[in-house]
Amino acid sequence: MYRRTFTQLAAAAVALAAGAGMSLAQDTIRMGAAAPQTGPLAGGATVTHWPAVRLWVHQTNEAGGLQVGDRRMTIELVEYDDQTNPQQAIQAAQRLATQDQVDFMVAPYSTGMNLAAAPIFAQLGYPMITGTAVTDQQPALAQQFPNMFFVLGRTSVMAEDTAHVLVGMRDRGEIGNRVALVNVADAFGIEMAGISRGVLEENGFEIVYESSYPLGTQDLAPVIDGAKAATPDAFIAWSYPGDTFALTDQAIVQNFAPHVFFTAVATAFPGYAARFGDQIEGVMGMGGVNADDAAFQAFAEAHMEFAGQAPDYWASAATYATLEILGQAIEATGSIDRATVLAYLQDRSHEYETILGPVNFNENNDNERYWTVGQWQDGVFRGIAARGRDGAVAAELFDGWN
Amino acid sequence: MFILITGLLLGGTYALIALGLNLQYGVARIMNLANGEMLVAGGFAAFWLYTAGQVNPVAALIVIAPVAFVANWLIYRFMLQPLVKRAKSRGALEVDSILATFGMSFAFVGIMTWAFGGGYFNYAFLAQPLEMFGSSYAQNRVVAFVLAVVIGGALWLWLTYSRVGLNLRAVAVNPASASLVGVDVRRASALAFALGGAVTATGGALVSMFFTLDASVGVLFTMKALIIIIMGGVGDVRGTIVAAVILGIAETAVARLVDPGLTLAAAYLLFLLVLLFKPAGLFGKARG
Amino acid sequence: MSGTDWRNLAISAALLGLAALLPVYGSPYWLTMGTTMAMFVVLATSWALFSGPTHYISLATAAFFGIGTFVTGLGFQSLPFWVLPPLAAVIGAVLAALVGLVTLRLSGVYFVIFTLGLAEMVRQVVTWVQNQTGHRGMYVLTSITEREIYWMLVALGALVFLAGWLIGRSRLGFALRIIGNDETVAKHAGIDTALAKVALFMVPGAVAAATGAILAPRYIYIEPSTAFAPLLSFQVVIMALLGGTGRLWGPVAGVIPFSLLWEAITRQAPNQTLLLLGIAFLVIVYLLPGGFVGLWERFRRRFGGRT
Repeated sequence: MYRRTFTQLAAAAVALAAGAGMSLAQDTIRMGAAAPQTGPLAGGATVTHWPAVRLWVHQTNEAGGLQVGDRRMTIELVEYDDQTNPQQAIQAAQRLATQDQVDFMVAPYSTGMNLAAAPIFAQLGYPMITGTAVTDQQPALAQQFPNMFFVLGRTSVMAEDTAHVLVGMRDRGEIGNRVALVNVADAFGIEMAGISRGVLEENGFEIVYESSYPLGTQDLAPVIDGAKAATPDAFIAWSYPGDTFALTDQAIVQNFAPHVFFTAVATAFPGYAARFGDQIEGVMGMGGVNADDAAFQAFAEAHMEFAGQAPDYWASAATYATLEILGQAIEATGSIDRATVLAYLQDRSHEYETILGPVNFNENNDNERYWTVGQWQDGVFRGIAARGRDGAVAAELFDGWN
Repeated sequence: MFILITGLLLGGTYALIALGLNLQYGVARIMNLANGEMLVAGGFAAFWLYTAGQVNPVAALIVIAPVAFVANWLIYRFMLQPLVKRAKSRGALEVDSILATFGMSFAFVGIMTWAFGGGYFNYAFLAQPLEMFGSSYAQNRVVAFVLAVVIGGALWLWLTYSRVGLNLRAVAVNPASASLVGVDVRRASALAFALGGAVTATGGALVSMFFTLDASVGVLFTMKALIIIIMGGVGDVRGTIVAAVILGIAETAVARLVDPGLTLAAAYLLFLLVLLFKPAGLFGKARG
Repeated sequence: MSGTDWRNLAISAALLGLAALLPVYGSPYWLTMGTTMAMFVVLATSWALFSGPTHYISLATAAFFGIGTFVTGLGFQSLPFWVLPPLAAVIGAVLAALVGLVTLRLSGVYFVIFTLGLAEMVRQVVTWVQNQTGHRGMYVLTSITEREIYWMLVALGALVFLAGWLIGRSRLGFALRIIGNDETVAKHAGIDTALAKVALFMVPGAVAAATGAILAPRYIYIEPSTAFAPLLSFQVVIMALLGGTGRLWGPVAGVIPFSLLWEAITRQAPNQTLLLLGIAFLVIVYLLPGGFVGLWERFRRRFGGRT
């Protein structure tokens, strides 16, 4: 009986494996997507990743599909939950490629999952355009995985720009020299804090309070109390969603209102504005978009209508843009042959029209034009610092929780 | 003073997280790995009632606690009792209950993701400051602390002085002897499990006032709760509350005075010390 | 060695050969599946070597695994790769010995919880040290292919089985079986129970650390939150218990069907994966007490009569 159970299970698995992916002469392009629906990063993926991916597929099909040579091809999306587990992310990419035989794959969500799945994408020749991986290892990664493209930008540059915003404000005499710097104790937080500390110290800032807290901490009263006791002019927190909310909450409760209040991931989420209302006027955060740009506004409206929620003001648009880029490469080559499309993408002279504005890739497969710092102004998260993008507005002083 | 009060408030939160599991594990002998999901479910219910119906989360407890009680009673009756009947020894039950509740925690996360989506949930309720001794504290945390004290106190009084409470304690000490002196072990266990679930869901509703929750976050609460009940002693309400408060104060002190990056390490160090010197929990007597 | 021993050895060798040749006859898809399964076979079997006879449920797998990945993450640039898994194993064994000395005197439940906390504590300390030293995220970019990772895991698995077989025949294995049955009897029989348990606890510690070191190139980006993910500890326990810990081959009998089931559910219900997994899990727990080993044993009792 044991053996029979096992044989049946194995047979079932094989049958499942063989069943899919039989539509070769096709009018549809099969696209695969694996990203968290459960697990630690599901919260972020539900805000940023999934609605943007589904929206692009929906809109492309509404418009009749992609023009591939002389055919119009609609998109069929195959979705998997990678459970925020690199092991599952690897298996899902492999399954999409070899079992579902999808024509193209959407890059996963978050730096860790993207890098775990990268070897599978590379081995099987799938272009991997990621909108949610931020790293400063692009040169090394592009060498190892020449099929991997980065749209969202570099961590180091974002940390530098955040520090430069402060330098600018100080040089204009708006704020003093004292900075409180905290970070979530994981690779992201440590790296960002390290870079911004370097830039700030070079520019003569004094770090009056510095600390880190474990991933997942939401009891941050001691951190805010410590920062407040140091009477800084600026507060910078390299934080993740849960703690971004908790830090803001505590700062309001303890009425800790320095002239600059910066929290990182999730500050640009619509949920942040929903939670704190107009109290967050002047709060700064990571990323940003040109919120006054018509393309972005159209995207936000469609997103709202399609998913019942607003996009975030940062990586949502980047995720959507990765698919715009892929779609344009497919249309330009008139082919759904992966090698042809990949060759087109690797030709650095090409430029793509996206809701972020024009995007092209440098020799490290890196997009050099992106937003780095944003600020809540009049209920909208506007970009206040960017590389190679127009439309940045001036940074304003934070004038307290009102 | 700030450290003491913040620590106390955090300890209250921890007590809310751990009390329910202590009843379930101490009396009903179910190491419930789905405890955190029950807590998140309580938080979601409070969130939903607050955003959809403008129901005050504290008032919502009148609905949430009985519903959770019934739900947990049903879970115990139909899903866990067969395992209890089947188990030949405590060890076998432990293995089976770990497996079964682990499966349940997956299923609960699946249901909550399906019903509410995977995004973050939070809302602003009493997020205003309360001035005490020259510092400000969040009102919602103070309210949660007060309710933790009330719930913990009521449970303790009830277990110590009521007839049913005596039965539960007898089962906690030794189910076999308890049944010899006429205690209906099965009913007592079901009651303890259901009550534990209700307390956990109540805790979830209260912590949702100041924690950002999502469908997958439950496991973090389960782990914290397990550590607290082991520190305080399995089946001992008083010990759980004391352990929760000690942990809260210790973590806050380390976060404020040493480094917030070491709070968990401090908690485990404390845990280890308790284990080494008081292996049966803070108030436990060594059992043979 | 008796005739049965020779027969078992031959069967084991044949199965091992079959497993080792998977990259040759299997598609890349099955290689990926196989790598995941091999990882869980190694972890669950070594886990059961300790927890089977002693009845201590250890949730420390993630702690040792994470340490292993960090050994590779820190060392792959300065040391040849083949040094790293053994190095990780040594570190894992030493740590396991330390943990064992402190906690194995505690009885069951306390041990469970402490080992659960251990992964969290190690993760905290590691990130705290990283934070103090301003360490960046770790990228393990190597030329190691999935096929090589798979073979390393199969080799490690063979070692684990060999170790398990030897322990089962040795005085240590005998002592541990007595401890599992009745620790007091064991003490009276003159067995140093603490020492025996610590010695055996070093096995899963070393193996899990080596596994982590081998798998680090597969993950590429090493961060504490995924390297020390507590889910791994639970998965290992559950697969081992599902198979049954009474026999050396028990965990394998849990890992393979469970991995196939997991994959089948993921494919069939991409949006309700976790819900269905949970339900499947409950069904298995209710219908298969004692795991697959229990099922096999009942089957033999009813039809075979031989043992």
